[in-house]
Amino acid sequence: MAQGENDARAAAIAQVASSGDARAQEFFQSLLDDAVKTSGDKVFIVRDGKAQDAATGNAATLPDNADDVVNSNRMRREIEAALASLKLLSPDTAERAAAVKELRDGADESKLPMIEKAYAAEKDAKLKSALGLLRAGVLISSTDKAKRLDAAKSLADSHEPATKTLLLERLKPDAETEADVRAQLQMALSALESRLAWGERLGVVFTGASLGSILLLVALGLAITYGLMGVINMAHGELMMIGAYATYMVQNIFKAYVPGFFDFYIVASIPAAFLASALVGAAMERSVIRFLYGRPLETLLATWGISLVLMQGVRSIFGAQNVQVENPSWLSGGVQALSNLTLPFNRIAIIVFAALVLGGLAFMVARTRLGLFVRCVTQNRPMAACMGVNTAKVDTYAFALGSGIAGLAGCALSQVGNVGPDLGQGYIVDSFMVVVLGGVGQLAGTVYAALGLGILNKLLEGWTGAVLAKIMVLVFIVVFIQKRPQGLFAMKGRSAEA
Amino acid sequence: MSALPGAPLTPTLSRKREREQEGEEVVASAEEGEAVVASAEEGEAVVASAEEGEAVVASAEEGEAVVASAEYSLSRLRERVGVRAGTLLAALAICILAPLLNLFVPQGSVFHMSDYAVALVAKIMCYAICALAMDLIWGYTGILSLGHGVFFALGGYAMGMYLMRQIGRDGNYQSDLPDFMVFLDWKKLPWHWAVSDSFFATLLLIVLVPGLLAFVFGFFAFRSRIKGVYFSIITQAMTFATMLLFFRNETGFGGNNGFTDFKRVLGIAIAKPSTRMTLFVITGLTLIGFFLFARWLVASKFGRVLQAIRDAESRVMFTGYDPLRYKLTIWVISAVMCGVAGALYVPQVGIINPSEMSPAASIEIAIWTAVGGRASLIGPIVGAFFVNGAKSWFTQAFPEFWLYFLGALFIAVTLFLPQGIIGLLRRSTKKEERA
Repeated sequence: MAQGENDARAAAIAQVASSGDARAQEFFQSLLDDAVKTSGDKVFIVRDGKAQDAATGNAATLPDNADDVVNSNRMRREIEAALASLKLLSPDTAERAAAVKELRDGADESKLPMIEKAYAAEKDAKLKSALGLLRAGVLISSTDKAKRLDAAKSLADSHEPATKTLLLERLKPDAETEADVRAQLQMALSALESRLAWGERLGVVFTGASLGSILLLVALGLAITYGLMGVINMAHGELMMIGAYATYMVQNIFKAYVPGFFDFYIVASIPAAFLASALVGAAMERSVIRFLYGRPLETLLATWGISLVLMQGVRSIFGAQNVQVENPSWLSGGVQALSNLTLPFNRIAIIVFAALVLGGLAFMVARTRLGLFVRCVTQNRPMAACMGVNTAKVDTYAFALGSGIAGLAGCALSQVGNVGPDLGQGYIVDSFMVVVLGGVGQLAGTVYAALGLGILNKLLEGWTGAVLAKIMVLVFIVVFIQKRPQGLFAMKGRSAEA
Repeated sequence: MSALPGAPLTPTLSRKREREQEGEEVVASAEEGEAVVASAEEGEAVVASAEEGEAVVASAEEGEAVVASAEYSLSRLRERVGVRAGTLLAALAICILAPLLNLFVPQGSVFHMSDYAVALVAKIMCYAICALAMDLIWGYTGILSLGHGVFFALGGYAMGMYLMRQIGRDGNYQSDLPDFMVFLDWKKLPWHWAVSDSFFATLLLIVLVPGLLAFVFGFFAFRSRIKGVYFSIITQAMTFATMLLFFRNETGFGGNNGFTDFKRVLGIAIAKPSTRMTLFVITGLTLIGFFLFARWLVASKFGRVLQAIRDAESRVMFTGYDPLRYKLTIWVISAVMCGVAGALYVPQVGIINPSEMSPAASIEIAIWTAVGGRASLIGPIVGAFFVNGAKSWFTQAFPEFWLYFLGALFIAVTLFLPQGIIGLLRRSTKKEERA
């Protein structure tokens, strides 16, 4: 197995593999690790400087003239497949599952005996069906027609995208000649495709909902500052950026002082991001925006100026490069919902987080004293003032609240995207679109608009590609606003200037 | 205001009244300026002074203690005539002198104008045209557009297509097609390049493309009575969408890199000093021409309706005017002016790429206008020169502080200088006169 021509070696390897010898596994592993040396017709495994006779397993001294065994890529593939087929019989379930996965790409008929053996011995139902599919995948290119037919039937139960490639391969005109096998293959393919299509559709809905929830988080803050207070806050994106940088700093503090609790830094960073952005927002409101109420175009220019200063400020402090924000371990990875659909945990977390923030905000606006004040100042400022509401204070709180929510959005974004000084710029146009589309002064409208735009965007993306999809969404919004200038949910009013 | 549709009218009305008063003041001062120039050109000082008198009365209404005597205003008039005519002459002089100083005064002389300075002034003159266009639509009609960068870039791209074709076979790949098309492995020109070989057709495109886009966009937007902030935001959406479109290679405009490496225009080498100077003079004359045109426009009945729309659109509508036509006309004119500016900009700067269409670039145009002074025609030009001059100085001297300065400028102008630099100058001259 260690010496000779490639073909002879491959045959030997296959033979040993089907024997299922436990020592073979160790030998294959050593071959893969380049730890095998030969001298004459003796073969040694060298581990940690100690040599071992491969044939007997006894310790031996390595002769000085020992040569390395060189494996070509082809040999490596052979060895890997052989090793995997050996591992099929391993007592460890996880190892067996990994072996099945590995064999999916490199199985041929020489591995069939091992697969059959493993299939008969397998107790785990999931693994057994996977092995069945693996067997069918091998058998489908068998020379025996009955076997092929049988294999085509069992492949119809597959959930794997890889099976589709296999079926398509077999359906090529020269690959399969028998008519009834072809028909069976065709049926298997269509059954598989409809199953996969579900996964794809759900995938689009999920990524759409994920994008929608991000848009929602971004737009919720704007819905307060713009929708309720009439301030065009172009610095909203930069407030998000501040939230993201606050997350970054909390992460660094955790890393430096309490590395044991690193996984929970995100919990601490949520209030930190909220507070940081809310403070900056309150400072903005006190220093600039309060002089500009009722002049939305002026607030647009002034806040644009603020956004430039904030961006440059962050560049001066943290540098112009993106900073590294790591996912806590419980947010990385994902859950495999269908064979071709994996839902990443961080995306799920953001959807949940957006829902929580939305709920909290709705509660705050509808049920708390501050929410009541915000609504009444929005509706009729002088009357609210006459009733003893400190309108200036309410303005500041409301603006800080909107900014704080932007900070929360930034904290969420830090988990899925890059954190850099330009973070906010990419979202500012989108978030205004959401608020305008939803209808100004409406939380419900914002929610529908965010989710709708998210899903629409992803649907179009699958169809036309990302950039064109974005352009189409923007054009759609422009056209939509022509039809309904007040957005999806307009406030009813009688003002001539509306 | 439109952000709070449900709000009762009382605060709205009182605030509006304030705004109208401000507006009247501005209208009055604009008339004043008009009158002055009219007299300078035609010598009918008497008629002019009557108008001037009216203007002064108008401003007296706001409680400014101005003595409205005819003699006083006459003397002030003469003074102003001098200033105005002087400004115009100075502009013309720069236009002609700058090339002379650059071409014929030897290097090292104090009077020599460096190539860098000439290029900078030429570039800023193009920006000034944009600012002027923005002033017509924002300062005089009250519509803030965040999409003027698109019109500017479209004019630039129309010119750029022609310049790309003028490269001929001198590109890196020695092909008939522009380099980027060879790079994308295209075999023939896409359809929208069909007329790019003709200079005359290019001139038409420079006017028609921005004009047409503005017409279609404006028609639908104004017909649905989209105003104020909504209009600004959807123009921004348009800008963003167009930028994304031009970033794509498939669009056929060179993608990320846009057009560059121009060799000649009308068969003449573009890098030759005399070509550059000709372009410089053309730009200067265009700026002056647009300035005179804008002055005529805002003084005409049309211009007055525009200002009325700005101050109280509903009332204009109830008086029997159709704001749609007026707004649409000025919107298209403004877009075409930007397109022309872009077309002049590209051969002088030597590059056009989609970053000119970024929403930030459009907002910058608005800030030039705001810094100089809205609703005064000289203001935006001053603003464009001031902001861009500061930019080129800052980005050389303290590159990291430029954005701080620009940001602070935005804030300071909106908070303390609603009338911009020109407003500040006017206020100070008024104070002097009172003293």
